[in-house]
Amino acid sequence: MKTSWLQRMDLWVRHLLPAGLTLVLVLIGALPTHLPAFAEISPQMPLIGVFYWAIYRPDLLPASMAFAVGLMTDILMGTPLGVSPLVYLLVHGLTLSQRRFFLGKPFVVTWSCFGVMTAVALLLEWLLVSMLVDALVPLRPVMFSLLMSVSIYPVLSWLFGRIHAAMLRAE
Amino acid sequence: MGRLASLKLLAQRFAFLSLVLASFALMVLGKADGALVEHIRLTLADAVAPILEVVFRPASTIAEAVNGVRELGSLREDNARLREENARLMHWQTVARHMDTENRALRSQLNFIPDPDPSFITTRVIGDTGGAFVHSMLINAGGNQGVRKGQAVIAGEVLVGRITEVGERSARVLLLTDINSHLPVMLEGSRSKAILTGDNTDRPRLNYLSASTPAAPGDRVVTSGHGGVFPPGMPIGVISSVQDGIVRVEPLVHRHQLEYVTVVDYGLAGILPSDPPEGRDR
Repeated sequence: MKTSWLQRMDLWVRHLLPAGLTLVLVLIGALPTHLPAFAEISPQMPLIGVFYWAIYRPDLLPASMAFAVGLMTDILMGTPLGVSPLVYLLVHGLTLSQRRFFLGKPFVVTWSCFGVMTAVALLLEWLLVSMLVDALVPLRPVMFSLLMSVSIYPVLSWLFGRIHAAMLRAE
Repeated sequence: MGRLASLKLLAQRFAFLSLVLASFALMVLGKADGALVEHIRLTLADAVAPILEVVFRPASTIAEAVNGVRELGSLREDNARLREENARLMHWQTVARHMDTENRALRSQLNFIPDPDPSFITTRVIGDTGGAFVHSMLINAGGNQGVRKGQAVIAGEVLVGRITEVGERSARVLLLTDINSHLPVMLEGSRSKAILTGDNTDRPRLNYLSASTPAAPGDRVVTSGHGGVFPPGMPIGVISSVQDGIVRVEPLVHRHQLEYVTVVDYGLAGILPSDPPEGRDR
């Protein structure tokens, strides 16, 4: 069967969804919320995207995309350039290497693994930023950011799951 | 077939490794050549600024609606409080007018040369960025609107930070709570000088305050005008705590309250360590 131009276009757009959504999460993270003390402890939403799609659709969010998402994060957020790309890459690589383990596991397992992974990632980011600005960045907001990320994971993962299911149905 | 798969895996590993190396290279580049990285940064920020602005609009409408409902509850109290405040301010206005005329008369007697009149650009905050690591903001005005590096950023009358990166239509404000912010200040009452150093907490520290200076919670902190970046006397905050020789300052305006800010050009060149004058060879 010959696929029409429109069908190919449709598939192309659908395949852009995981990476596109993760980039949108970067943008959302940069929006001013005007909530007291929220900016410092805002969740690491792009990290959730990188983690989730590395498990379920690594073909649509490859390492190069994780790098790009990280680069975008650094550029927008003003963090020292190179830190987020490295952290996202490592999370992506680590998750991808354990992909077989994650597939088919209950949600709680994935969730707790995400928690551990984010803790390591944030600690690494904290270390790198502290080194690059020549001063110890306070660790407390980083801890709260970790808590926020872990608590928002179910929501985003549910949303990604719905989108993923819709993508599979269409294919 | 098996050979092809292993070759593909090898290529993937190689790509991954080179990306990791690229990240490190970026970090080194950021340390070594700040200007180049800054340029890359702002070019991209410029591209994203219009998107942020569009996404921001509905978000701010929702926030306004929520605020509106919340304010209804306290309308009566607010009214009473404002009436009282108004009466007090009217009194201050008379005092200020009186002082102003007196000041002008004295200045004319002294042949005093006044500071140049500043120019203002008021703009919206489109990005509250940095999360736990950096305290900075993106604003919706850049080089095209006359924003330059080093200019003061105020909210109302209060200093909140300075411009560190300028794109064509967006710029980055480094808040004075950021770990990279060092600001020459003085205590308004005693005129004793100090350096206000951010440490990524809500309350920046007051460093190099001489030990003999009495500093008590409630003292107002203003810019000292040293370093030639900001004019003296701009309000910043009040001392919130003095503990074990560590003096902390509570800023008058907090990060989350910033919705519109004003970029002020006082016509002062300033000595900014990270900002060599234009035209000079690096």
